[in-house]
Formats: sequence, C-alpha cells, structure tokens
Amino acid sequence: MSNELLKVENLEVQFKSGSTVTKAVNGVSFTLNRKENIGIVGESGSGKSVTATSLLRLIPSPPGHISGGKILFEGKDLLTLSDKEMRDIRGNDISMIFQDPLTSLNPVFTVGDQIMESIKLHQKVSKKEAKQKAIQMLQLVGIPAPEKRLNMYPHEFSGGMRQRVMIAIALSCNPKLLIADEPTTALDVTVQAQILELMKKLQDEFNTSIIMITHDLGVVWEICHKVLVMYAGNVIEYGTVEEIHDHPMHPYTWGLLDSQITENIEDHEMLTTIPGSPPDLRQEIKGCPFAPRCSYTQDICFSKAPEMVEVKEKHFVACHFQTKENRLNRKERSTHVRAVVKS
Amino acid sequence: MGKYILGRILNMIPTLLIVAVIIFLITRMLPGNPAAVMLGPQASAEEIEVLTEKLGLNEPLYIQFFDYIGNLLQGNLGNSLTYNMPIIDLIMERFPNTVILAVSALLIAILVGVPAGIIAARKQNSIFDYAFTTFSLMGVSMPIFWLGIMLVLFFSVNLGWFPATGMGSMDEGIGDFISHLILPSIALATIPTAQFARITRSSMLEVISQDYVKTARSKGLHEFFVICKHAFKNALTPLLTVLGLQISSMLGGAVLTETIFSWPGIGLLIIDAIGKRDFVVVQNMVIFIALIYVVVNLLVDISYKLVNPRIKYSSGKGGTK
Repeated sequence: MSNELLKVENLEVQFKSGSTVTKAVNGVSFTLNRKENIGIVGESGSGKSVTATSLLRLIPSPPGHISGGKILFEGKDLLTLSDKEMRDIRGNDISMIFQDPLTSLNPVFTVGDQIMESIKLHQKVSKKEAKQKAIQMLQLVGIPAPEKRLNMYPHEFSGGMRQRVMIAIALSCNPKLLIADEPTTALDVTVQAQILELMKKLQDEFNTSIIMITHDLGVVWEICHKVLVMYAGNVIEYGTVEEIHDHPMHPYTWGLLDSQITENIEDHEMLTTIPGSPPDLRQEIKGCPFAPRCSYTQDICFSKAPEMVEVKEKHFVACHFQTKENRLNRKERSTHVRAVVKS
Repeated sequence: MGKYILGRILNMIPTLLIVAVIIFLITRMLPGNPAAVMLGPQASAEEIEVLTEKLGLNEPLYIQFFDYIGNLLQGNLGNSLTYNMPIIDLIMERFPNTVILAVSALLIAILVGVPAGIIAARKQNSIFDYAFTTFSLMGVSMPIFWLGIMLVLFFSVNLGWFPATGMGSMDEGIGDFISHLILPSIALATIPTAQFARITRSSMLEVISQDYVKTARSKGLHEFFVICKHAFKNALTPLLTVLGLQISSMLGGAVLTETIFSWPGIGLLIIDAIGKRDFVVVQNMVIFIALIYVVVNLLVDISYKLVNPRIKYSSGKGGTK
C-alpha cells in the first residue's frame, strides 16, 4: 500500500454567473500521506474552503465547476468517478466537518439519527448495531450519558458539544481522510482548545489524515505536518510545518505571521496588518496576485506571474525574489510596521 | 403537551359560542318571514301563522336564542322542515360526500403541488422554474366557477369523457364513481395545488442552502434523500399551515365546486337551505363548519411539534411559541 493518500494536481475551480467567471481556485497542487495532517491557511476568500469542498465534489453546481486538474485519492481520480462511486467515498473514506456546529446539524432529527445515518449507509449493519456504534462514538468524543443524549435534538446541545457530535458523525465510518473546515472558528476560545485536543487524540486512534482549513496559524503549528498558504486562489507557499514556521519565505506568509499575537509583542504595540484587500477574482490577474499589497515589489511583479519553485527540500515558494539563487531580506517587524504606516 | 391540548379544547367552547351568536343574529336579520318563504307564495295566512308558531318565531328574540343554545348544548340540532328530517341525519348523509371530494382534491394538490415545488426549488432559475412560476400564479388566481364550467364544457360536453354533474354510486361500479369524481376534484384542487407548490418552493429555497444540507451530502447520502428527507422536513412548517387552512375550507363544503357539479355535499346543502330560508339548517351547518375549523386547526398545531422539535407548547396562553 502506497503511503501517499491524496495527491491534488493543478486543481482549478470556477464560479460562473452570467458572463462573469470567478476563478476561485487556480492550480492548487499538494500531496498528503497517510496519518499526516496538512493545514490550508489564508485570509477569507483565498479559496481554502472551495479547495476543500471540491475534494468531495460538494461545491454547489451550478454556479461552481471544477474546471481542471486531478484529485487522486489512493490513486483513483475522484473527478472521473460516477455520482454513485463518489457517494460511496463521502462520509466513508473522506468525511468533513464544518465551521459552524450550530447550523451544520439538522435541527429536526435527533443526534442519534444523524450519527446512525452514515453508519447504516456505509457499513450495512442492523439498526441495533448502528445504535451501539453511535453510543460508542458519542462516548469517544466525550459526551456524557450517551444513551440519553442519543435521543436529544441538536438545539439541546451547546456549541462545543455539537462540534463533538459533528466529529462523531465524521469519524463514525473510520474515514482515511477528514477535512475540517475551520472547525474551531465559531467556538469559544476555551472550547477551541478542547476540540483540537480531541481531534488530535482521535486521529491517533483512527489513523486518519486531516486537512485543516484555518486562518489561525496557532492551530497549524499545533497539529499539522505540512502547510499550504493560499492567496487569491493560488498556492503561494507550501512546505513542512518546521520549514514554514522557522524559515517562511513569501512576503504574504511573513505578513500573516507578523499579524499574529505572540509573546514577543510589547504592551500597547500595534499589531501588524497587511494593507489593502485581496484582488477581485472576477478580473484577470496579471503578474503576482499579491503584488499590489506587497512591500517588496519591483516591476516584474506586476507583469509576470511567479512560478512555484522548490527553494529548499520540501519547501516551495511562488515569488520572483525567492529562488535557489536569490533571497529577499525580510524586513524587521517594526520597520515593516513603520513602512506600512508611512505608506 | 396533554395540558396544552386540554387547554385548547376548552378554548374551543367560547369560539363556538361566539359563532353561534353571530349566525343566530344573521339568520334573524334576513328579510322576509322564513315561514312564508318555506311555504311558498300559495300559502294562506293561517298556514303561515301555524308554521311561525311551530318554529318559535313568534317568541321574543332572546327566548328564541336561549332555546337554540340550550338545544345546541344538549346536542339536539333540531329538524329541518324543508328536508323533513333531523339535521344530524342530514349532516351524516351529506358530510361523507364532502369528505370524499375533499380527500381526492387534497391528494391531487399534495401529489402534484409539493413535488412541483421541490423540483422548482432544486432547479431555481431554470426553464422549468419559470414555467412553474407562471402556472402556479395562474392556478392561485383562477376563478373556480369559470374553471369548473370550462372543464364541464370541454371534457363532458365536447369530449364526453366524464359526466358533467352529480355523484356516482359505488353500486354502479368503481368506474362510475371515479368518473364522477374526477372533474370536481380537479376544479377543487387547482387553487390548493398552486398554493402548496408556491409555499413548498419558497420554503425549500430557504433551507436548501443551509449547512445541514451540505452535511447530509458530505455523508454520502443520495441527492433524493438529501432533498426529500433533510431539506424537506425543515421546509414543512409553512406548508402545514396552508394545508390546515385548505383542509378546513374544503371540509367546510366547497360551495362553488359543489354547486357547479351538483355534488351533494354540505356546501350545496347550505346554498339550498339559504334559498329555502331553512334557517335551522343554515344555523347548524355554520356551527358544524366552525367546529371543523377549530378541530383541524388544533390538529395542525399539534402536528407542528412532530415536524419541528424546537417548538414548545405553553398551556397557559393556549398558544405556541
């Protein structure tokens, strides 16, 4: 059995509305091995969620449409599968949890029904066995009195508890891959940590790989092995967590890191922001998509799109000035701030 | 829940009492002496006087009212003079006919309207959706008396496929029974079909983009179950409200449809009784219809809980929240 679980090659996703085409994902490629976690980071609208949803072919179509690329899961291209074959994979080999646990559970069915539904669908077991398995899953995700909770409705659970239920549903068929679309964003800070802890614990138990979509880099350092930094539908930096954490190279990644709250920030010091906003994806982008907001730009950035280059082993960057031969000098955090304030 | 239902049942009493007062006053306000109208133009003054006395119409209004309420509370609906039979028997004879027509029209409305609404929501902004919007708008605004007459003209008079009026008998075979039922059912079903379809479409559109629908898809469920189980159950509440109103109004006698097709239901009975000034029948039929409305409404309110577990009933004010 090959160690490679998922290989995404040049994935392109477009949304069409009338005559305008929005290129939400523009040639994303990455690989994920078994028991490995990858974090997809980027600001809102960078194409993280669309990428993840496309992996299960769940983008609303129309208007969405996967216009190119390959999604090889255990060697099979998911884009060539029939609807029936795809349904057999969803919830069984690949499952997904969403950002807002308050809206992702169906309010009119009991929690037990919703967990048993996927078990009955994929594992062809009796109702009794499915119920046993559902109780076991609720126990695993740390919900007390699972037999009683099984017959309760989602509105009788707190946000954190609902996310635990979502995790129970997602893991109920021992999936090989779990896609978590900002699973902690909508939760209280204290609950966030518990949910992450739970995901880590269950990953060891189920040997599941995780694709973690987040804009919280802290989450990435905590549980991921690889990081994919996305900007305007493009991957701009990709590598191991150690590499990206210790030697980030793309100016956008620097900006993301600088805008985090860290221990080194002094009292009353202003947090860094990346000036401007992401480009309109309905327009053709010439050159580097980050150029208008980058403080290192030169003429070439506006005329030619940078290629993805492997600058070090397992570290890819798409920037004209970060290559094997050349390096950019990262400005000091404070000078960067000053530069931003001046501009 | 039990407390809530009991409260609601007790609440019905004042409602029905108010209806009784109003209908009593209205029937007494009709011009002309009912006894004279009942007996016809050839009746002598003496005959009219005898009948007036027999009906208690010579008593003061308040005595008449208390007699009427007293009888009502004892379940004694009295006799119809024009039909020459107890009113309770009259209802028992006519009501099943109305039920047959109502049930078949409701079946058509649900089986056509609801799926059409679901498909239109699934294929929003498609050609089907546009055609759907046009037809459903036509449906809700169709005058039933006109549609009924057109159906009779086309299918009975021109094509000769179905009988124009009357109700078939099971003794003549099921074919005869059904062929009499088809045209009135279609006429009666037109407005509810369009209404159900429009309500279904709009409430499905609201739920179809919800996260839990995406969750259902991500579990690997077939699109049919995603839509018809996960989305539809959430879209049911507004549909139930409209369904309840339609059931009540159909069971209360589809006056227009029953008149056009001479369907011997309670709608036709009321029209006949008004024409004959048989105010005893009119009074009691109105109370009976009011009873149907309150009972169906209660059933609908209870059924909300079945489709939406978030609804809590509070017995105190007799309302839902």
